[in-house]
Amino acid sequence: MTENSNQNANVVGGRLSSIEHLRAWDKNAVAEVLEYRGETTIVVPRELLRATAARCRDAASMQFNLLTDATCLDRHPYEPRFEVVYQLVCISRREKLRLKVRLSGKDPVLDSLVPVWPGANWLEREIFDLFGIYFNEHPDLRRIVLPDDWEGYPLRRDYPVEGYRDIPVMPLGFTKTSI
Amino acid sequence: MTTVETAIGQAKTMVLNMGPQHPSTHGVLRILLELDGETVVKAVPDCGYLHTGIEKSCEDKTYSQAITLTDRMDYLNPLGNNLVYCMAVEKLLDLEVPKRAQYIRVMMVELQRISSHLVWLGTHAIDLGAMSVFLYCFREREEILKIFEMFAGQRMMTSYIRIGGVALQPPAGWRQAIERFLKYMPSRVDEYETLLTENRIWMGRTKNIGYISAEDAIALSMTGPTIRAAGVAYDNRKLFPYSSYDEFEFDVPTRTDSDCFARYMIRVAEMRESLKIVRQALDKITDDGAIKTEAPGIVPPAREKMKTEMEALIYHFKIFTEGFSPPAGEAFVTVESPRGELGCFIASDGSPKPLRVHFRSPSFINLQALPKLVKGQLISDVIACIGTIDIVLGEVDR
Repeated sequence: MTENSNQNANVVGGRLSSIEHLRAWDKNAVAEVLEYRGETTIVVPRELLRATAARCRDAASMQFNLLTDATCLDRHPYEPRFEVVYQLVCISRREKLRLKVRLSGKDPVLDSLVPVWPGANWLEREIFDLFGIYFNEHPDLRRIVLPDDWEGYPLRRDYPVEGYRDIPVMPLGFTKTSI
Repeated sequence: MTTVETAIGQAKTMVLNMGPQHPSTHGVLRILLELDGETVVKAVPDCGYLHTGIEKSCEDKTYSQAITLTDRMDYLNPLGNNLVYCMAVEKLLDLEVPKRAQYIRVMMVELQRISSHLVWLGTHAIDLGAMSVFLYCFREREEILKIFEMFAGQRMMTSYIRIGGVALQPPAGWRQAIERFLKYMPSRVDEYETLLTENRIWMGRTKNIGYISAEDAIALSMTGPTIRAAGVAYDNRKLFPYSSYDEFEFDVPTRTDSDCFARYMIRVAEMRESLKIVRQALDKITDDGAIKTEAPGIVPPAREKMKTEMEALIYHFKIFTEGFSPPAGEAFVTVESPRGELGCFIASDGSPKPLRVHFRSPSFINLQALPKLVKGQLISDVIACIGTIDIVLGEVDR
């Protein structure tokens, strides 16, 4: 057993029942289940995210009461390019679950989870700030780490790591047209 | 905006700009305070002054290069940051770490926890007017930093924990150095307690200040000593044991009063628990043994091997030029940092550079609760509240 797999060794039994519970509650809630290195990810349709999250928190067989993290990843140039990820923890049953929503680059809008977990507030503001994803009904959707007048969303894959916004620094001997 | 009616007519609240340059914010944090007299009506934290784009920089580095960046996030807990990052990469690679290296990791991280709590205690006390505690805390912290220098050659940005193990064998005389530290440290913790715990001024400044209920703390995703002071025994070392923590005996101190004083008591108790863990780790670490796992192409080969074997030289060259490519997938790993749950989310697309590295920083998420803690308190209590959340701005802004 590796160092990391210890983390999830005792949760296998409960995890399957969570997925089954969600499937029984709404057959569309679980679009896909991803298992990797002992972690479970449930891909949820965008429309059902808030209802599913509330269900995960409130249902007696799940009780995922703590939202530990929310973040986003960008798979540009593939579509749907954005994946917003919420990490849930059930403290009493020592179980972890990840919810994932896939969003297209043309319409990066999502229902906010602040009504379910007030702690999602700053996490979603950070995603908005760095990825440009809009959250419906978020109480305070402003930039959080960058200045208010910043242009662009730095953690998108088409935003250069070095250079000035859309003019990346080229390796020596290359020009923008030659690449 | 809340306003207060008085006999003269519309009374006004005053907006006070606290920070970004304020000694009690431990970095560069700005708080907009709306005051009614001396009472806080509303507080709006404004962070981002230390944003360095570490997560973006990681996208342009190979997996092993990014370790040095993680040191600089939470600069009071560099070893914990190394640990969570390396564990996330190891999970992506499905890499096993030798037991001896796991124990060394535990020992170093627990020493780091003590040093971080010492900085917290010293600066928190100096914020509230107790100057001498600061000097004593930094005296002991210096000893821990000397131990780190012995092990890694660096006092603060150690980068000691690497993918697949730790960087170097423990140096000559390491056991005696830690034994010596373990011998005098418990009495030093007693010394801090003598200065503070029953001090009337200290109690007056911290008791019944900054209360938050357990339900609110969970709803606001708080973790670490703040949530344990509210009575929730949420500790990743116990709940989701990593790095062989399940083989160590220690308690998770909790309290129910959930004020600044309770959080102080929790952290002092945690220092004693960490000393217990360091003692056990010291007994578990053997004098000889592997500190890195055998994984050609991922973990750099030993120096002698690299000089004598062709394959080892090739792997060495490939690791430091191209890097290695974990299979496509995602991993989320959490550890218990001195401030709370520190998480690392890495997504790989099968290339030598990560698609996304995200750190779940406890300071950032705990800071979110500050408006709730300070509402209705006096302006001087704002400083006590910022102090007990124990934020490190390098980690808040990343």
